[in-house]
Amino acid sequence: MAGDGTAGARPPVGLVVPAVLGLCFLGLPLVGLLARTPWADLPAQLAEPAVVEALRLSLVCATSATVLCLVTGVPLAWLLARAEFPGRRLVRAVVTVPLVLPPVVGGVALLLVFGRRGLLGQHLPVSLPFTMAGVVVAEAFVAMPFLVIAVEGALRGADRRYEEAAATLGAGRWLTFRRVTLPTIAPGVAAGAVLCWARALGEFGATITFAGNFPGRTRTMPLAVYLALETDPQAATVLSVLLLAVSVLVLVSLRERWVR
Amino acid sequence: MTLRARLGVRPAGNRFVLDVPLDADAGHTVALLGPNGAGKTTALRALAGLRPLSTGRIELDGVVLDDPGARVLVAPEHRPIAVVFQDYLLFGHLSVLENVAFGLRARGLDRHAARRRAADWLALVGLAEQAGARPRELSGGQAQRVALARAMVTEPRLLLLDEPLAALDAGTRVSVRAELRRRLAGYPGIALMVTHDPLDAMVLADRLVVLEGGRVAQHGSPAEVARHPRTDYVARLVGLNLYRGTASGTTVTLGGGGVLTTASPASGPVLVAFAPNAVGLHTERPHGSPRNAWPVRVVSLEQHAGTTRLQLAGPPDVLSDVTPAAVAELRLAPGAPLWAALKATEIRTYPA
Repeated sequence: MAGDGTAGARPPVGLVVPAVLGLCFLGLPLVGLLARTPWADLPAQLAEPAVVEALRLSLVCATSATVLCLVTGVPLAWLLARAEFPGRRLVRAVVTVPLVLPPVVGGVALLLVFGRRGLLGQHLPVSLPFTMAGVVVAEAFVAMPFLVIAVEGALRGADRRYEEAAATLGAGRWLTFRRVTLPTIAPGVAAGAVLCWARALGEFGATITFAGNFPGRTRTMPLAVYLALETDPQAATVLSVLLLAVSVLVLVSLRERWVR
Repeated sequence: MTLRARLGVRPAGNRFVLDVPLDADAGHTVALLGPNGAGKTTALRALAGLRPLSTGRIELDGVVLDDPGARVLVAPEHRPIAVVFQDYLLFGHLSVLENVAFGLRARGLDRHAARRRAADWLALVGLAEQAGARPRELSGGQAQRVALARAMVTEPRLLLLDEPLAALDAGTRVSVRAELRRRLAGYPGIALMVTHDPLDAMVLADRLVVLEGGRVAQHGSPAEVARHPRTDYVARLVGLNLYRGTASGTTVTLGGGGVLTTASPASGPVLVAFAPNAVGLHTERPHGSPRNAWPVRVVSLEQHAGTTRLQLAGPPDVLSDVTPAAVAELRLAPGAPLWAALKATEIRTYPA
């Protein structure tokens, strides 16, 4: 074998063929979507008030859900990574459940808790189901694990000796967290927030179950796509391309800055 | 200002990894010297509050900082102690100025005052121009000075330095060592330095505490320790041959075999030490003045600047420094049989 050890290694056919098949399986639907997109009508379609409304709602809700996840998820990740307490494994399991739970089931569960006759809902002054706030709650429920897992990983990878150095300089734990830990794990938090946001943006099952499908209030892009498919397939294609564009944008921003 | 401490660290169910009394007074620099794993860094972490004691007590200026018996444990951030860490641990996301100001801000000084004091300190260590730089833009020597400024700006009563020169290359080390010596000399508090480098310890400290296996093996002034090593480790550090033996008059019977004749009479258990360059080598049994002569065999040769260090098997085993000319003349090679000769007046004898 010549030169560097890997030069002559030809990948076995038994691996290459299924790999190419897998790639086609992942790539072809995207190609089909782009091939069927009515590019000429695109600007007009995008300017439709219903489309603009759905996009605006999606962006606002996904961003609000991400903020909600950041405010509660980063401290939760810190607890999982740094604190010693009984039942920590149970807490981690609870955090991971929404990852594997079918979103529809998540929506049903949210209804049972926050619905008008739900465990908490009957005591709440405001009603969450079938409102924009409900969309945010449903999206946050499904997207939070992405953030918590990313931030916990960043915390575990961070060099704790810097926190010790801060302590010897007179910084208490809260100051150390704000001034040393958080800036150190910022790339991990950002990556987690982007993943979380992307997941929230695409959320369908929990949203339609918990928040319903009211135009301008709870009809986000994925819901609009699904609805349009039954009445106006071309509109569904346009909306899908729009979501695809947003997703690709997110992926590119992730690759260039945080994912190596 | 005084430090009175007895540091006991014992992981649950294990034997002590550290059991060390430690006292120091204001203005002094103490070096904790020892091989890897001797417990030096554990001692430093215990003093800083990063590793609670299992037993013992730490008292600084009459204030108890750690006393597991009385359930007293002051958190690191509330101790008047600062640390210069081995690889400095400068905060990468903060500028050099903000790094130095960090401790002042954490202790409640307002932003402007903190920055002014930090800037003064940076000027003092000659880094005024680097104030806006990020730590990664600094050279090793500059980073070390920033770490020192960051620790000293808070005016700690106890300054801890963990291998302060270990991360520097040989060239930088000399100049940074000299500067550190000046800084520590003018420092009113207690400085305690952890190092495995005898030269750093001898140059920077006015008292050495040698740790081996978590216990104090020897302590005293650098000159005392260098002249009268008490363990093989210390003897190796200061480059002396050291033996334990029993003296009767000017005759010392060595524990490991062999007898040496000394110039100063003593009795009972003693330590005897002499320099490797005091040992002469001959191809035949020497006659005349040397009072000690014994057959040896060459184990190894090691080239040092200007001299060759021979390890010779006895009894007693001995280190000898000879010139390259002697190496050629005596045709030295591993396994070669020789005679070692040593004048009685070259041997230092002191009670064990």
